[in-house]
Amino acid sequence: MRVVKFEKKNTEKLFDVLSRFGEVWSPMEKGESYSYQKIEDSNNFIFHEEVTRTILPEKKLLLPQKFPTLKFNSKKYEKPNEEIPTKILFGIHNCGISALNILDEFYTTDFVDADYQQRRNKLIIVGVSCIADEHCFCDKTNTNIVEKGYDIFFADLCNYYLVWIGTSKGDDIIRMGEDMGIFDANIPGDVTNKYAEYRKRNRESYCNDIDLEGSTDLMELSHDAEFWQELGDICLSCGQCTMVCPTCTCYNVIDEIDLNKDTGQRIRYWDSCLFKDFSLTAGDHNFRAARSERLKLWYTHKLKAFIGKFGAPSCVGCGRCIVTCPVDINIKTVAEKLKKKRAL
Amino acid sequence: MRNNQYEYSQHHIPEQPHNHESQVPIMMRIISKKDLSPDVRFFQTVPTTDYRYENLNYKPGQFMSLSISGSGEAPFSITSSPTRKGIIEFAIRKVGKFTEKLFTLKDGDLLGLRGPFGNGFDVEKFLGKDIIIIAGGLGAAPLRSLLLYILDNKEQFGRLIYLYGSRNVEEILYKGDFFELLSSDQIELYISVDENNKGFEDKIHRGRVTELFSKIGKINPDNTVAAICGPPIMYKFVVQELLKLNMNKNDIFLSLERRMKCGVGKCGHCIIDYVYTCVNGPVFTYWDVLRMQDLI
Ligand code: SF4
Ligand code: SF4
Ligand code: FES
Repeated sequence: MRVVKFEKKNTEKLFDVLSRFGEVWSPMEKGESYSYQKIEDSNNFIFHEEVTRTILPEKKLLLPQKFPTLKFNSKKYEKPNEEIPTKILFGIHNCGISALNILDEFYTTDFVDADYQQRRNKLIIVGVSCIADEHCFCDKTNTNIVEKGYDIFFADLCNYYLVWIGTSKGDDIIRMGEDMGIFDANIPGDVTNKYAEYRKRNRESYCNDIDLEGSTDLMELSHDAEFWQELGDICLSCGQCTMVCPTCTCYNVIDEIDLNKDTGQRIRYWDSCLFKDFSLTAGDHNFRAARSERLKLWYTHKLKAFIGKFGAPSCVGCGRCIVTCPVDINIKTVAEKLKKKRAL
Repeated sequence: MRNNQYEYSQHHIPEQPHNHESQVPIMMRIISKKDLSPDVRFFQTVPTTDYRYENLNYKPGQFMSLSISGSGEAPFSITSSPTRKGIIEFAIRKVGKFTEKLFTLKDGDLLGLRGPFGNGFDVEKFLGKDIIIIAGGLGAAPLRSLLLYILDNKEQFGRLIYLYGSRNVEEILYKGDFFELLSSDQIELYISVDENNKGFEDKIHRGRVTELFSKIGKINPDNTVAAICGPPIMYKFVVQELLKLNMNKNDIFLSLERRMKCGVGKCGHCIIDYVYTCVNGPVFTYWDVLRMQDLI
């Protein structure tokens, strides 16, 4: 692994280097929260370590909320030949990188999702370490330190950043920075101590006491538990939890026709398994008419399904569902219900 | 506990149909249609020119998605057999906006097509075995693909038993073909209707499809496979009959309906528990049904 040293005073120059490789996207203030936005001005380019989560997760850069996936006329269907710009995602944290690792696996195993792949090929991931807040629990989902999935990663060792270079593309960026004198390949001798302290600080920063131990089996054992009904009674089916969750992938398509023409587009947009007609067939048979059934499906996917397929739960501990759900149904409250149940 | 999900159906995931272009429909032309029942229409389609057709192969039990320019897309099981190349057939019931539009199309009109999708029946595993096919209502459409496949390769299979239950005589699909097969020595065919069988007493039993089991005599449970497709309510009862015959749970194959959309395991609409029915289904074994929640 190649590492270099970076000092915060060079932040502006870093922006300069990154901008030469593509559009720079980073968390920016939006009302009381943050959202990933395109940074045009180096003044808005900041190391946001205390910004734990944006409103919408990183997936919006890979599969926008709504975009044309096909264009057609009465004689044929084809992919729109749209120019995809290179984007640099700066300031993504460990949980976000873990989520993208999950999406990479999901969208490129068995069948390759071309819409995802073409944007993913153009995405450069520059991670930054973070300080957990009261809702974060990536320590419990084992996503607090990522081993892969970034091109470059900045770990804050207090007086300087230790910069991990994960890919050859990342190395291109670092080398240009080295030429401009903002990265230093000479790492101070005390780096191991400093790095060990950094890991310790990370480990100690969590105060969310959510307990996910055994939740996969508990989900199985709680299939008929009464609490699903209770949760179903208060869920609004608003789908916000699925929109903000970085590992939710469901979508739908709809055809839009251009006015007075025989041309149109097939629009792909984010769907939610919490919406009422998610599992409705053409014959009007709804496999999940009850809200409780749909909630159960969501938590199956977060806590159980991915363990079977990819060996880890698909929850990365970002805490978005905790801060988002208007009626407090989230991974934490569900985990608590699972424990109280003791169906054994 | 963690399920060994790769065990299900012992079916492999099909090869990617048109690699990364599996989301782009190719164009088919309707060459003929006929009504099979008051609300089910049979469509024959052939590919127009496109370099991707060489790959257009499929297995009985798989499905495809049809698009009508500007009216969207919907999934349909394939009713033709891969043994009869060139023409792809669908038997489609008019149930919603998309199918209403489809029923207005004329011969020569174009349709977009994606697929095939899903695991289909693993016909390789059926080789040398006795086969029992049980169809209910529109289930006869996907099962026709399997039926024709077996009839076209009959020397490679043992007994072929076919039980077909319909609500009434009008709704029996492929009625003419089935009546002809009644006198064939290739197949032991029994048909039942829930309602009136007046005028067809010699051909059609009046009663439930499960009552037809009394007609098939002894079977060899170690060398028999069963394939079922029909309305959701039917599976439980039919499976009970098969278990009474001592059939192995892994030799009972059920083709299940779900809301399919993308066909490639990405959009999530068809998901059951941790399984994407569009990729790992729609065909499951009875053992899958027992160990996975909510399958039927
Ligand atoms: S389930 Fe909640 S905490 Fe877990 S990844 Fe999704 S939004 Fe984040
Ligand atoms: S769980 Fe909460 S956020 Fe999700 S749909 Fe229900 S009310 Fe909305
Ligand atoms: S139909 Fe889209 S995931 Fe199965």
